[in-house]
Amino acid sequence: MTDAAKLTFHVPEPELRPGDTPDFSHVTIPQAGSVRRPEVDEHPQEIRDLAFSIIRVLDREGRAVGPWAGTLSDAELVEGLRHMMTLRIFDNRMMTAQRQGKTSFYMQHLGEEAVACAFRKALDPGDMNFPTYRQAGLLIAGGYPMSKMMCQIYSNEADPLKGRQLPVLYSARDHGFFSVSGNLATQFIQAVGWAMASAISGDTRIAAGWIGDGSTAESDFHAALVFASTYKAPVILNIVNNQWAISTFQGIARGDAGTFAARGHGFGIPSLRVDGNDYLAVHAVAKWAAERARRNLGPTLVEYVTYRAGGHSTSDDPSAYRPKAESEAWPLGDPVLRLKAHLIATGAWSDERHTQAEAEIRAEVIAAQKEAEKIGTLHTGRHPSPREMFEDVYAEMPPHLLRQRHETGF
Amino acid sequence: MPKCRRTSCASATRRGSDMARMTMVEAIRDAHDVAMGRDDKVVVFGEDVGYFGGVFRCTAGLQAKYGPSRCFDAPISESGIVGAAVGMAAYGLKPCVEIQFADYMYPAYDQIVSEAARLRYRSAGEFTCPIVIRMPTGGGIFGGQTHSQSPEALFTHVAGLKTVVPSNPQDAKGLLLAAIDDPDPVIFLEPKRLYNGPFDGHHDRPVESWKTSPLSEVEEGWCPIPLGRANVVREGGDLTVLAYGTMVHVALAAVAESGTDAEVIDLRTLIPLDVDAIVASVRRTGRCLIVHEATLTSGFGAELAALVQRNCFWHLEAPVLRVAGWDTPYPHAQEWHYFPGPARIVENIRAVMEA
Repeated sequence: MTDAAKLTFHVPEPELRPGDTPDFSHVTIPQAGSVRRPEVDEHPQEIRDLAFSIIRVLDREGRAVGPWAGTLSDAELVEGLRHMMTLRIFDNRMMTAQRQGKTSFYMQHLGEEAVACAFRKALDPGDMNFPTYRQAGLLIAGGYPMSKMMCQIYSNEADPLKGRQLPVLYSARDHGFFSVSGNLATQFIQAVGWAMASAISGDTRIAAGWIGDGSTAESDFHAALVFASTYKAPVILNIVNNQWAISTFQGIARGDAGTFAARGHGFGIPSLRVDGNDYLAVHAVAKWAAERARRNLGPTLVEYVTYRAGGHSTSDDPSAYRPKAESEAWPLGDPVLRLKAHLIATGAWSDERHTQAEAEIRAEVIAAQKEAEKIGTLHTGRHPSPREMFEDVYAEMPPHLLRQRHETGF
Repeated sequence: MPKCRRTSCASATRRGSDMARMTMVEAIRDAHDVAMGRDDKVVVFGEDVGYFGGVFRCTAGLQAKYGPSRCFDAPISESGIVGAAVGMAAYGLKPCVEIQFADYMYPAYDQIVSEAARLRYRSAGEFTCPIVIRMPTGGGIFGGQTHSQSPEALFTHVAGLKTVVPSNPQDAKGLLLAAIDDPDPVIFLEPKRLYNGPFDGHHDRPVESWKTSPLSEVEEGWCPIPLGRANVVREGGDLTVLAYGTMVHVALAAVAESGTDAEVIDLRTLIPLDVDAIVASVRRTGRCLIVHEATLTSGFGAELAALVQRNCFWHLEAPVLRVAGWDTPYPHAQEWHYFPGPARIVENIRAVMEA
């Protein structure tokens, strides 16, 4: 017999649920410019504090301040703003297309546009991303044709993936974009393997892995960190913390304490936390991590603190599990509006130019959509032949598949 | 006298080339050496694989010869090993990785099934996955449930994978060379009971060595055996016995003991499967027995039985029977009651013959 008190079981809960008033006062947001910028070769032990803060460049007035500022020219920033606006309008059109029955499924990036768009500009040609389903910004910022993306979404005859993949699970090797898997976290360790291969081959190219806050709970996340730290792989390991894993708040993967970035400490991997809604900060940190990788200093773990303003996918309804106005209360603001305000403050942009750019971009997106829809949508127009179903299972079709294809009459 | 024939990597045109006597371990090591020597894209890694050369010694000497960037130790993380290999293959390398025991592959199953097997398909050929995943398989070594399993059916059920099970040193070398050269992922299951000698299932008899077996003659250099071709290891007219891996030797012993003139086919590759060789034989003999070490239910034997009845129904004179491991986990003390040894096979040969 024992006098010990009964054990209790702990299940973390978000502070707020539907019906509550959004409140992020518990989220500590450091002042822009207040976090130091260490040398890229500083010992990981000396920069542990960077995993508990948030690197920010844009302040409330839209000024770029502090040691992480200055990695991009005004012209580059205008380009970055256009990329984010393009992604948002693209998303908007495709969300509508899904509701119109032109495709089965879509996943938007609302609120997270800065992360992939800015990151893409920190890489060199030939570098390889291993993205999740929410990094289409890598394609938009990399100049991948929007009509091709839409053909994939519509699974039409011009779909580069021949109608085999769920919408948005793109693949674009020449654009440094690895085939997106529907299974979570598998790509994180694959990015490390790609980077190991680059180092084994004496190459100069680096890799970037992507994962969401919820998927850091997968064992492949830990495998990636083990391999990356063991072999000092030239890889940037990106965690996009958008607060929500479908309906599950980030506390379920992370526990009540610590940060996702701090998970890197046990592996001796330099780990940084950055304002994911700050285009300049994302770019600066990505640049820093890319330089580390390229100088053979090994991996970097980066947590992008952002907020998934939309649903997880077109099959999701966030009002069922979080307060309705929560995204508006999110203290890191909107990435498009913040960069716009900065460019207006520096004189490189104006409200008029913004309105004009929006109209131009919308016209571009609509033109791409028309081009794609001319070929077909999920249930209309021209589609890949059922023959394609049997191709690419193997390099050469084995006899049993040939027989099965004959049975279908194709 | 049983009629024995052995067609292998050593085709007629190659009969003149140099041969060496090797165990299966040495043959596998030699295949690595030949593959790494002719293509610097081939990299080899796994648990204990680098400096030490693997717990079964299949990669011994490779790190010393090719350096630690071509052959190295991996953390104890099977999903990490296969996941990293998928990334390396996407880059353009040809990784040949070792999972220390097939029983340990389950953490890597997602990477094998959802990633390696489907990468070519889902990217419409943009990314491919030319990797080899080697793993010691099967029992007969008192390995208990975690060092004895035969999980081949978990791979043959997956579109996009090829699955190979060699039964002798020459085949192990030739098939491994073909697997490494293959543009798609290959699961290479090495019957661990055959690593150092043939095994006919008579566990109470002295251990045999490959050194005294004619099957240990291994061709030197580059000698791939094409995947998808079965090998008729014994010609006969009474019935057809289908087997692979360790069970090829056990089946041969059982056939000899049964006094029947059976044809024994070593499948060598399960996917792609040499259906023509199976069908031709069964249509001639009219009887078929399938032997594997893996558990019976949903085992690869079920697929073989379905193929045989579909293609040979009007030629069959008896039901197709299967001899397999029981549907239990692989036991330790009861190993020889579990293992489908010669006695069980003889019994089933008689059943097929008398039906």
